[in-house]
Amino acid sequence: MEVEARFHGRGGQGAVTAVQLLASAAIAEGRYAQAFPEFGPERRGAPVRAYLRISDRYIFRRDPVREPSAVAVLDPGLVLVEDVLAGLRPGGIAVINTRSGEVAAKVKDSRPDVDVHVVDAEAIAMEVLGRPVVNTAVLGAFIKATGIVSPESVRRIIEDSFPGRLAELNWRAVEMAMGSVKRL
Amino acid sequence: MLAGLQRGARERAVWRRAGLTTNYAVAFAVKAVDVDVVAVYPITPQTTIVEKIAEFIHGGELRAELIHVESEHSALSAAVGAAATGARTFTATSSQGLELMHEVLHIASGLRLPIVMAVPTRALSAPISIHNDYSDIMNARDAGWAILIASTAQEAYDTVIQAYRIAEHPDVQLPVMVAYDGYLMSHTLEPVELYREEHVREFVPRRGRRNVLDVRSPITLGAFATPDNYYEFKYQQEAALRNVEGVLREVEADFAARFGASYGPLEAYRLEDADYALVTYGGAATGNARVAVDMARERGIRVGLLRIRLYRPFPSAPIITALAGVKAFAVIDRAIAYGSPAPGPLYKDVAAALYMEGLTVPGISVVHGIGQRAMYVEDFYGVIKMLAEGASTDKVLFLGLRE
Repeated sequence: MEVEARFHGRGGQGAVTAVQLLASAAIAEGRYAQAFPEFGPERRGAPVRAYLRISDRYIFRRDPVREPSAVAVLDPGLVLVEDVLAGLRPGGIAVINTRSGEVAAKVKDSRPDVDVHVVDAEAIAMEVLGRPVVNTAVLGAFIKATGIVSPESVRRIIEDSFPGRLAELNWRAVEMAMGSVKRL
Repeated sequence: MLAGLQRGARERAVWRRAGLTTNYAVAFAVKAVDVDVVAVYPITPQTTIVEKIAEFIHGGELRAELIHVESEHSALSAAVGAAATGARTFTATSSQGLELMHEVLHIASGLRLPIVMAVPTRALSAPISIHNDYSDIMNARDAGWAILIASTAQEAYDTVIQAYRIAEHPDVQLPVMVAYDGYLMSHTLEPVELYREEHVREFVPRRGRRNVLDVRSPITLGAFATPDNYYEFKYQQEAALRNVEGVLREVEADFAARFGASYGPLEAYRLEDADYALVTYGGAATGNARVAVDMARERGIRVGLLRIRLYRPFPSAPIITALAGVKAFAVIDRAIAYGSPAPGPLYKDVAAALYMEGLTVPGISVVHGIGQRAMYVEDFYGVIKMLAEGASTDKVLFLGLRE
């Protein structure tokens, strides 16, 4: 398995769409991928987990990812209420949406053995989309941090998945996040 | 894995490879077979199938009548009416929706109507759960429908296409359910190879059906039957359902020639020399069990996997052949048959099939993934170890249950 990732978000932030776009991009590259959500109650605001596996071979296992090689956090508030890095492998990658140095430091201090990347996805989403839908910005930071799929594949999948102008704006959010994500 | 000829056929047949959820893959299959009527009522996790079909109809990609109804009872009733006129008909539901259809399930099979229904399976109330298990499909297993259970999005796509050929076959003329894991498959995006629609339509040609409602040539369907003839109708229905296994093999041979894929009524993995066997159905149980089998094999345990794809009619003969040589097996059920001799519905079928053949292979009835309680590869490995160590005399195991 090339990557096993877990995305943490809240209902409405687009965590499920983010892993689906990444899986679709990997599939478009001729690889195998699996993206699936773990819902609690289906409503806006409820914590949501979404899982992603990418491999050069057919993926048989369909269990939740317990020991991810990468984690992404769409809602910085979740860092305070759950262990978003649970099971993250040593040397694994964490991508956190936050503008708060405090949240970033808390994450880094809790796991000095992992590679933490931060991005202010909310600012990007507000500037580009005018709404705090942070998934495509976090996705941009994630592909920059992990290199798991090529930006070009992501761009094509975004063009296939969003109508006209929305595709353009979401791709801009990806590019901005790729440019501004910082490794701690 | 594919023979050369089949690979060539597949290359010609595949239109594109895409990342799709199983629900979307099913919607693409429904479009490819060019259905005439889709009657639906929304229920999660089924809803995204018919949302996608509605998009296809709206966009002019599928010319079909989409009938919105006020309940699942009405959805299947509308499908019965449409199929009775000879229309190619599709519906889909889950959980409580399938329960509400129950009365009409028997009418559809009794009237010998070749409806195809997708069932992303879901737990039953109460308490309310939107999550996956197979309680819904198990309650419908004796309603006279053929039931196929898919384990990947690709297989669900292929199976819906095959299901129309089976349902409309002159020796069958029965409705078919295509079931798969709700959420764990219905909402999981994975690679699917979609076929060129002209190839699919050649595979599922429209042949005029006999005994359809037609004002120019009136007939009566579903009339009152007296004790003098009801039994014969029901016997014919049972005989037709039993034809499905042979028809499936015939349909799959043609499918393999055209699309380079086939699955059979069941799939055996590393069973040839196996001392132990896991028996599963659906996506998550099968996929995780398969990885566990590989883990155990690496550690020297000779174990294999038997995945049941055709659940009704029950393919007893190949199951007996597959299990006759093992020292012990475990059936992983995703539903509870409350108060039965064993809690696992499939276990009971397997045990009965073996008993009817005079075989007494030791077996364990394992229940797992109820209401989508997480099923990990390690859980299945634990069952294999239990079989191999032969230490436990338990015949029943509720796996993943909090103590």
